[in-house]
Amino acid sequence: MFDLKKHIKATCLDDAIALLIENPNARLIAGGTDVLIKLRHGKKGYSELIDINGLEELRFIKQDKQNNILIGSGTVFSDIIQSDIIKKHIPMLSDAAQSVGGPQIRNVATIGGNICNGVTSADSASSLFSLNAVLVVKTQGAIREIPISDFYLGPGKVDLKKGEILTTIIIRPDDYMGSFGYYYKYAMRNAMDIATIGCAVCLKVKHHILADFRIAYGVAGPVPIRCLKTEKSVTNKKITLKLLDDISRFVAHDVSPRTSWRATKEFRMNIICELSKRATKKALNRAGEGL
Amino acid sequence: MAVGKSVNRMDAVAKVTGRAEYTQDLYKPDMLVARYFRSTIAHGKVTLINVEKAKNLKGVEAVFTYEDVPENKFATAGHPFSLDPGHKDVEDRLLLSQDIRFMGDEIAIVVAHDEIIANKALKLIHVSYKEYKPLTFPEDILKKDARQIHKGSSNIVGEHEYAFGDDIKEAFKKADVVVQGKFKTAMVQHCHLENHISYAYMDDLDRIVIVSSTQIPHIVRRLVSEALNMPLNRIRILKPFVGGGFGNKQDMVLEPMVAFLTLKLDGRPVQINLSREECMLGTRNRHPFFIDVKTGIKKDGTIVARQMDAISITGAYASHGHAIISAGGSKQSSLYPHVATQFHARTLYANIPVAGAMRAYGSPQILYAVECATEDAARKIGMDSVEFRLKNIARQGDMNLLSGKRILSCGLTECLVKGKKFINWDSKVKEYKKYKTGPVRRGLGVACFSYASGTYPVCVEVAGVRIVLNQDGTVHVMVGATEIGQGSDTVVAQMVAQTLCLPYEHVMVVQAQDTDVSPFDTGAYASRQAYVVSNAVFKAASDLKDKILGHAGLMTQRQRKDLDIHNAKIIDVYTNENVMDMKTLAVDSFYHKERGGQLTSEISHKTTTNAPVFGCTFVDIEVDIPLCKIKINQIINVHDSGVILNPVQAGGQVHGGVFMGMGAALLEEMMIDTKTGRVYNNNLLDYKFPTFVDLPQIHHDFVETKEPTSGYGNKSLGEPPVITPPPAIRNAVLDATGVCINALPLSPHHLFTSFKKGGILDSKGDADV
Ligand SMILES: Cc1cc2nc3c(=O)[nH]c(=O)nc-3n(C[C@H](O)[C@H](O)[C@H](O)COP(=O)(O)OP(=O)(O)OC[C@H]3O[C@@H](n4cnc5c(N)ncnc54)[C@H](O)[C@@H]3O)c2cc1C
Repeated sequence: MFDLKKHIKATCLDDAIALLIENPNARLIAGGTDVLIKLRHGKKGYSELIDINGLEELRFIKQDKQNNILIGSGTVFSDIIQSDIIKKHIPMLSDAAQSVGGPQIRNVATIGGNICNGVTSADSASSLFSLNAVLVVKTQGAIREIPISDFYLGPGKVDLKKGEILTTIIIRPDDYMGSFGYYYKYAMRNAMDIATIGCAVCLKVKHHILADFRIAYGVAGPVPIRCLKTEKSVTNKKITLKLLDDISRFVAHDVSPRTSWRATKEFRMNIICELSKRATKKALNRAGEGL
Repeated sequence: MAVGKSVNRMDAVAKVTGRAEYTQDLYKPDMLVARYFRSTIAHGKVTLINVEKAKNLKGVEAVFTYEDVPENKFATAGHPFSLDPGHKDVEDRLLLSQDIRFMGDEIAIVVAHDEIIANKALKLIHVSYKEYKPLTFPEDILKKDARQIHKGSSNIVGEHEYAFGDDIKEAFKKADVVVQGKFKTAMVQHCHLENHISYAYMDDLDRIVIVSSTQIPHIVRRLVSEALNMPLNRIRILKPFVGGGFGNKQDMVLEPMVAFLTLKLDGRPVQINLSREECMLGTRNRHPFFIDVKTGIKKDGTIVARQMDAISITGAYASHGHAIISAGGSKQSSLYPHVATQFHARTLYANIPVAGAMRAYGSPQILYAVECATEDAARKIGMDSVEFRLKNIARQGDMNLLSGKRILSCGLTECLVKGKKFINWDSKVKEYKKYKTGPVRRGLGVACFSYASGTYPVCVEVAGVRIVLNQDGTVHVMVGATEIGQGSDTVVAQMVAQTLCLPYEHVMVVQAQDTDVSPFDTGAYASRQAYVVSNAVFKAASDLKDKILGHAGLMTQRQRKDLDIHNAKIIDVYTNENVMDMKTLAVDSFYHKERGGQLTSEISHKTTTNAPVFGCTFVDIEVDIPLCKIKINQIINVHDSGVILNPVQAGGQVHGGVFMGMGAALLEEMMIDTKTGRVYNNNLLDYKFPTFVDLPQIHHDFVETKEPTSGYGNKSLGEPPVITPPPAIRNAVLDATGVCINALPLSPHHLFTSFKKGGILDSKGDADV
């Protein structure tokens, strides 16, 4: 039983924005796979809901004239897995989508909800970090574009102001064309589990040289993070097994996992270092670069 | 011949179409809901409680605290009554408690119009505690000055010792080598699909009706009458469809509380429907054990002596108490009957959630230690693990020295041979020598078990069956044996069909149970039902057959002995002539104005035997050392459970058990902060019950012996499949990595610690991972 005070179904995006402004205590519900859990646990601030579930305006995956890939915030993970555009250009996002929950969850959980929920373990987040995704946020009479790395303010906190809705996720051609990526989710279970560590690698290869290298982690800190120092140190280096070892040593300095009853810091660090190698290797394989 | 065929389950269609009615489906429109107010500390006493605000909340009907409940302490374990006063279950529980013994202990209860109001009311209750240091480790619990969790108990619920075979000291002297090990098992949860749920109402001024998801309707009836001090005949238990129990419903949990509440509230219906979180925290779980094992062996591979000292932690209340470790400890005498054995065990209270019965009742813990120790012994003398077991295990005709009974059927050797062949043991042993270095390694493991078919002679084993002939020549069967999802109704129908020579479809077993009308039986536990009910069914069906043929004789002026039933027809045994069909006979027996009547048979039968069952697990695994993960490539369980009554159902039972065993081996544990007694993971996100994609395809096979003490040659199968996957997997990890890990589960966290200690975490190599 849910202690629901108010539930209003928005008819379109603008209606949803208007409703959010009219009901300052209300919160958006898309797939509800985070919201309803919190409501069930009696968490404050979840009993008034503006429902954007199923708004066609927010559910799309397309490529514009400039070759930007645009993903609507209301796109569910099953859409992403089935999308030809994603399969062709950003298979790592398929990896991430495929790793979420189970089939029932993937059929209703949205990528927008995943990001806006603000948790470090969100499976789409680390991939989008490594893809330099840009988020489009809309309110009455205003639109903002925010790089995803600036969007996360702290655990469960994202840069959304009252009356703002995330509408689109943009991935620029520079960040995906000629790039090869891999998302490695490490969890206790292969389904229905939250990542112990998530590792996303996106790279470009030129003549056996690592021309571009982007690596991001979930659960390696309070919010998803990029390992910028590591990226800098290994870019333009020749691809060797030693380089993989270097990466795995370097990332340790870019992350800050913590001990909780779910896993110790030492354990997480061990996985972080190991995943950097494995995800990089898989991305290199996709780039046709054997080792 | 219905026995041995994979007929469809009786309830298959009802279940897959969602028509089967479970307790929650039998909702009463004006039903009140009750929710517990639970302690937030693990050890202490409530010094003050204020429920006024909660009582005054709109929609709240009543709030009761420990001050309002009877002072009568009661036992909850789902055991039959024992005539021996020395064998009584520990009476240590009250309906609500001022003394706090675990985090989640029940202090008060709110009754409201709905769950939301009840939850709000719970937040309005205020308590103050006097706190004591939680006792969670055996060393702390057993300290001389440790606080007594239950006054007068010294924190010990039970203790016993036994020995069989040669004098243990002399036996160890014969050993060439002695191997020792300390083993630890985890607290795990049953995770039955349907949480605990019960409701009660009064259908008259003085009778309480309790509808409950229980494995033991008749036992619960008695236990409620004891807890509330009410005459037994004023309590009626109804058991609808049950969504699994695995032992957690072989205990009285919610029933006395809903009965108490309806009594207090003028007979209005009151329901308690536990959430998953509460169910995992506040019902029962598997006792964690600490086990020291010493094994003496000769160089030729004979185990000569074994000594075990085991501690079982029952948590805050006794529940099944010392019975668990006693039962678990007793299976060695049928598994390794030639080994001189000494066993000492204690069960302790602790400030952690309450342990009770769980699938295989102590054996998964004890046999885990036994089979790890056996593996260590085989390796110590460099003998093949399967050869070593074949040299020492039980065979048909062996004497079980503990029970004093001969083992009349035993196919364990054949089980080991089958399993070994399936897994391709010999060639893989050679092949996997290549995979003992580097980051990803491979290994093989084996473990075997013995288990019982019921509880005799520790408890009474009684089964009741009633069969009635319907007007159309089909039969209805009522049994006290309790269907909880395991398929017992189906095999009962098969047995009846077999003996009455009717098609399976002509036999209907009444699913729902009602203690007002269902024959007496103690319920679903101890893998007892199909075995214990078999002789009762055989007798009742044979008796009804006699009556049917007698009536046919009356109708046709023939001798009873000249007639038989064949495929729902009365035939002449000499000519095979079709004399009449069952319907004609039934109509006559019901409606002929002078002869016959409703043909029925009712039998209550006590079983005074207990057939041991046997089996083994073989497993082939891969260990990814840097990622601290185990991948099971192949697993098979091979069972000797006597005659297999229904191969598909039996296979399902094995698969479910192996699945559960793998979960306990690889992932599952209730995590408790030993300082505060707080349970961290009482939910299915953080308690890592495996999903389908985590585990491999499960294989199974049977070695069909024929058990002479059973009505249809069958022996137990319900619990045993869960026992050996954990030790087999542990032994395979040892084979793969050389690291001996003597605690469960083998989760990534624990593998990380062990591999680090073992110095293999940084294993380099170029295996493609
Ligand atoms: C069983 C189960 C398994 C799960 N497994 C995983 C997993 O493996 N990996 C993983 O990452 N997550 C997992 N989750 C969490 C959850 O499914 C995801 O985070 C999901 O993407 C959330 O999307 P939603 O549409 O359901 O969000 P909702 O619950 O509807 O919303 C989540 C939050 O985002 C806000 N929001 C939603 N849409 C917008 C928008 N357009 N603009 C602004 N704010 C918005 C809401 O107000 C809310 O605060 C699991 C959840 C469950 C219940």
